[in-house]
Amino acid sequence: MAEPILEIEQLIKEYGQNRVLDGVNLTVHKGEVIVIVGPSGCGKSTLLRCINALEDIQGGIIRLHGEEIQKGSASSQKLRQKIGMVFQSYDLFPHLTVLDNITLAPVKVQKRKKEDAAKEAMELLTRIGLADKANSYPRQLSGGQKQRVAIVRALCMHPEILLFDEVTAALDPEMVREVLDVMLDLARQGKTMLIVTHEMSFARAVADRVIFLDQGNIVEEAKPEEFFEHPKTERAQKFLHVFSFDQVKKQEEGNCSEQSESHL
Amino acid sequence: MPDLGIEVLFKGTNMLRLLQGLWVAMRISLISIAVSIPLGIIVGALMTVKNMAVKAVSKVYLEVIRIMPQLVLLFLVYFGTTRAMGINLSGELASIIVFVLWGTAEMGDLVRGALISIPKHQYESSQALGLTKSQTYLYIIIPQTLRRLLPLSINLITRMIKTTSLVLMIGVVEMLKVAQQIIEANRMSSPNAAFGVFLVVFVLYFLACWPISMLARYLEKKWS
Ligand SMILES: Nc1ncnc2c1ncn2[C@@H]1O[C@H](COP(=O)(O)OP(=O)(O)OP(=O)(O)O)[C@@H](O)[C@H]1O
Ligand SMILES: [Mg+2]
Repeated sequence: MAEPILEIEQLIKEYGQNRVLDGVNLTVHKGEVIVIVGPSGCGKSTLLRCINALEDIQGGIIRLHGEEIQKGSASSQKLRQKIGMVFQSYDLFPHLTVLDNITLAPVKVQKRKKEDAAKEAMELLTRIGLADKANSYPRQLSGGQKQRVAIVRALCMHPEILLFDEVTAALDPEMVREVLDVMLDLARQGKTMLIVTHEMSFARAVADRVIFLDQGNIVEEAKPEEFFEHPKTERAQKFLHVFSFDQVKKQEEGNCSEQSESHL
Repeated sequence: MPDLGIEVLFKGTNMLRLLQGLWVAMRISLISIAVSIPLGIIVGALMTVKNMAVKAVSKVYLEVIRIMPQLVLLFLVYFGTTRAMGINLSGELASIIVFVLWGTAEMGDLVRGALISIPKHQYESSQALGLTKSQTYLYIIIPQTLRRLLPLSINLITRMIKTTSLVLMIGVVEMLKVAQQIIEANRMSSPNAAFGVFLVVFVLYFLACWPISMLARYLEKKWS
């Protein structure tokens, strides 16, 4: 197996009295794509935020390449550069053009030359078909375009691991696909990714491993086929049931495939 | 054509005096705003800190200044300081002090509003990219705050210019006072001068404030 990039041991996160993550253990290896699913409020976003040192933690340890991540510490500031994160809300900087959004951190944080960063940004933008938007402002883009730019912005820092928190959840349905395609492409390039999503067919297609988080703990962990076809725990079965039910309804409307039925 | 009595303005140095009066009004408001902006930024930033005491003090300051009519503040500072503390302030200095007190409160409120209107995820996505706290302020938060602030503070300048018409009450000879003096002096020769002179005063206020509000509107459009 490839080297571990990210190691999480016995992670505990509390908001006041409320224990949100209760001893999470997770190791992510180089090139792995892990999809995290789970009911609303189970702590998926919190887990990603802890990994990116946006939250302080009450117990356990998070290591990136063996170095400990802790909110507020000087070393975490450096480690953060190796972690790319894309949020659900459109978080581009509204006062900067698309190109400046992408090159700001490479230039100011990594002290790269502006021309080099811009050249790379243009290559990445070309790849996602948005080269002509380089000098537009975020307000001139659609939601899907904004999220794709946000992904490129994270990529341009050359992160070793990418975190995605429901990046398509706020999008109109017709824009979901273009963003997921970009993420699929990244997975094919061998990027290491940790993805929170409720797009189950996408999860199935992209994941090397699916993690089911419930009540602050990893309840089940399996290959996607395994997880979606034969969930072992009752809680996972119940969770997936909600989605299959969705698909039955769609089938009744006459626009669904055969296989979705099979694991009801 | 009715006799508006505008001709009194062309007698002697009357028009020049009126313009000087306008300059006094502009001087008071420009100096005041120049001092109010930095102070207002500090007060506004203080209003967003977590410390309850600091928050409470700045809140009380803001409310008191806002509730109090500017004229009362002017009397308080101008007559009050003379009587109570034995300091003799010129009318203009007293006006500037009052306008700074007022401008700082208003500016502070604008700054606070601009700061809290920056969504939390702007801070977070900046930090997630590895920017330090000070880089986040320098490149992300302050530029966005200024964009929201500039049109609003320009509007404050025009409000100040208009409010300077009150300072004649403490003996500052600004445009409105000059106008009154001109009308008084020509009461016999042009009894109708009041309308014409005040009309000119109106036009002059308009000419002073209009370009400024146009600028504010332009910036607002450009950055929205
Ligand atoms: N800043 C906060 N302060 C207090 N409680 C919080 C905070 N953020 C999250 N929580 C709580 O932590 C729990 C987990 O939240 P989290 O956002 O991680 O869930 P999630 O799995 O991402 O849910 P969703 O699928 O709805 O996004 C929830 O019960 C939530 O109420
Ligand atoms: Mg979430």
